[in-house]
Amino acid sequence: MAVAKLKSDATEARLAGLTLPAGLDTARKDALSRLIATGLPHKRDEYWKYTDPASLTQADAPQAALFHNDEGPMFDAIDRVKIVFVDGVFDADASDDLAADGVTITRLSDVADADIHWATELYGTLEARGQTPVERPLAALNSAFASDGVLIHATGKASKPINLIYLHGDTGSDVMLHSLVKVDVGAEVTLLETGPAAARFNSVLEVDVASKGAFHHVRSQGRDHERRAVTHCFARIADEALFKSFTLTVNGKLTRNECIIEMLGDDAVAHVAGACVGDGNDFHHDDTVFITHDALNGESRQVFKKVLRNGAVGVFQGKILVKAGAQKTDGYQISQSLLLDEDSQFLAKPELEIYADDVACSHGSTSGAIDEDALFYLQSRGVPRQAATDLLTLAFLAESLEEIADEALADDLRERLEGWMARRG
Amino acid sequence: MLEIKGLMADLQDEDKTILKGVDLNIGAGEVHAIMGPNGSGKSTLSYILSGKDGYEVTGGSATLDGDDLLDMEPEERAAAGLFLAFQYPVEIPGVGNMTFLRTAVNAQRKARGEDELSAGDFLKIVRAKAKDLQIDADMLKRPVNVGFSGGEKKRNEILQMAMLEPKMCILDETDSGLDVDAMKLVAEGVNALRSAGRSFLVITHYQRLLDHIKPDVVHIMADGRIIKTGGPELALEVENNGYADLLAEVV
Repeated sequence: MAVAKLKSDATEARLAGLTLPAGLDTARKDALSRLIATGLPHKRDEYWKYTDPASLTQADAPQAALFHNDEGPMFDAIDRVKIVFVDGVFDADASDDLAADGVTITRLSDVADADIHWATELYGTLEARGQTPVERPLAALNSAFASDGVLIHATGKASKPINLIYLHGDTGSDVMLHSLVKVDVGAEVTLLETGPAAARFNSVLEVDVASKGAFHHVRSQGRDHERRAVTHCFARIADEALFKSFTLTVNGKLTRNECIIEMLGDDAVAHVAGACVGDGNDFHHDDTVFITHDALNGESRQVFKKVLRNGAVGVFQGKILVKAGAQKTDGYQISQSLLLDEDSQFLAKPELEIYADDVACSHGSTSGAIDEDALFYLQSRGVPRQAATDLLTLAFLAESLEEIADEALADDLRERLEGWMARRG
Repeated sequence: MLEIKGLMADLQDEDKTILKGVDLNIGAGEVHAIMGPNGSGKSTLSYILSGKDGYEVTGGSATLDGDDLLDMEPEERAAAGLFLAFQYPVEIPGVGNMTFLRTAVNAQRKARGEDELSAGDFLKIVRAKAKDLQIDADMLKRPVNVGFSGGEKKRNEILQMAMLEPKMCILDETDSGLDVDAMKLVAEGVNALRSAGRSFLVITHYQRLLDHIKPDVVHIMADGRIIKTGGPELALEVENNGYADLLAEVV
């Protein structure tokens, strides 16, 4: 059967049980049209060659067992606004007041009642822009059907980070959340996202950073072994603005994190980083990044590190597109994997497409085993082999964690990683 | 302290015999030097004693205070008191020197059933010892050996030795790549550690290092064996006449 037919059938089946939620009617209908025009992704699509989207597109979410542990919540020592969703449903009791200085916070599901002009304008807009040149049908699906999410408007320097906490309580939950962040001129906000969210999670985050604004994003995806997630971050960055995003992924049957950034103002800076630790042949992790430079003097960095063992699979597809006229662009991209055994696999597709003649762009992609000389050096100093391996593994991940600007957040992630490694043996 | 009897070993992948029966006995508090031409097996001996992969021991024994070294993992040998100062210290990007030192010290303490040092206590000790070796705060902060000069790397080896307080120290060509001043500094670091309960095996090509670290016994190694043993004067003989005469004597 032709792929087009397979895709339209799958799309029809997926849409059969869904109805458009109230509010943002025009944006949702437009998104649905985009989805129907392209159809859901198929493994024959170029950007899904290394990650089979079947379990993300099938009508019902595959079951995912819950992961029980006695660890405290992530970033618990950090003063933050907690916004809790349990299987995608807002939990008012567990959440803080949606308020902090320098920022207004609203829930997406309230947008129908309140006239939030900027949100109506932004919703689905960056996602739609991000559909070319590469289609992202699962993001369009999300824009059409997302049940909730958070709208964050930073008007000044936010007094504390905002933490979206995604809890998972139902083994069959299928969740779509869509959040918006608007950072005004000179404003600054940090968004934290933590937790597994659902058996199957589809999220879209649209981030619009105005001139001299700053957006920091630190995410730790849940450790439920069987969860599946496809996440999208669409960002538009104005002149002298800063965008920084870091994601830690440990466990999960399937994770696809897409990040699509447009640098539209001069002297903009965008850094996207990820650290991933995968164990077992049912672990599949995919980072797909697309950065477009469309202004002068832009600086972009992509730093992705993956540690894989026991048959785990890691994928990296990263692109830097420098448009004509985007002179003095400084683009850097590194994707590296540490393969702890011969069963694991790393698939990398770095791409550069450059139409300006005065730019510095570099990319590198490596796969390697643990450095036996370094291992012996540590052992000869008395560090047991397993602890030495963990130390070298953390050292390998360090460059990506260094992309987190806030030391307290980075330390929390580092300590957890150390703990997880020590315990898994 | 260190007792090596008839030690024979092959290079695993190449099926090549490197050690052909090494006998060596180092008493507590003694300093022994091993000299010998390139390829005689000196560095291999140090690697085998410290437990590096890639060699197969085909005969003989090596014990530290009666404990079978060859039966232990490298980290167990370290905890038992063996230390190898590497000829080529390894660079470890991403691991801070201080973290590395503290991890090593505490891993050994733990292995010996001692309490781990607190961060504060550790810092005090390491700062004092680093100062003696002219290792500045920046070197302690940087990743292990990354971007260190040859001299800095060797001083860092001696700092590790000072922190770990081993009883049997093997120095594998610690003088290689050092200028005269750096060698003096390293030698002073070593001499400061000399004590009745601590022994040294100093592997070197040149007599010069032995002017600074005075050995009790000098061995000449050639073709996988120790072919001659004597006092410090043996090192001078090598310096003046080369190895040719000694090798000829044996043949």
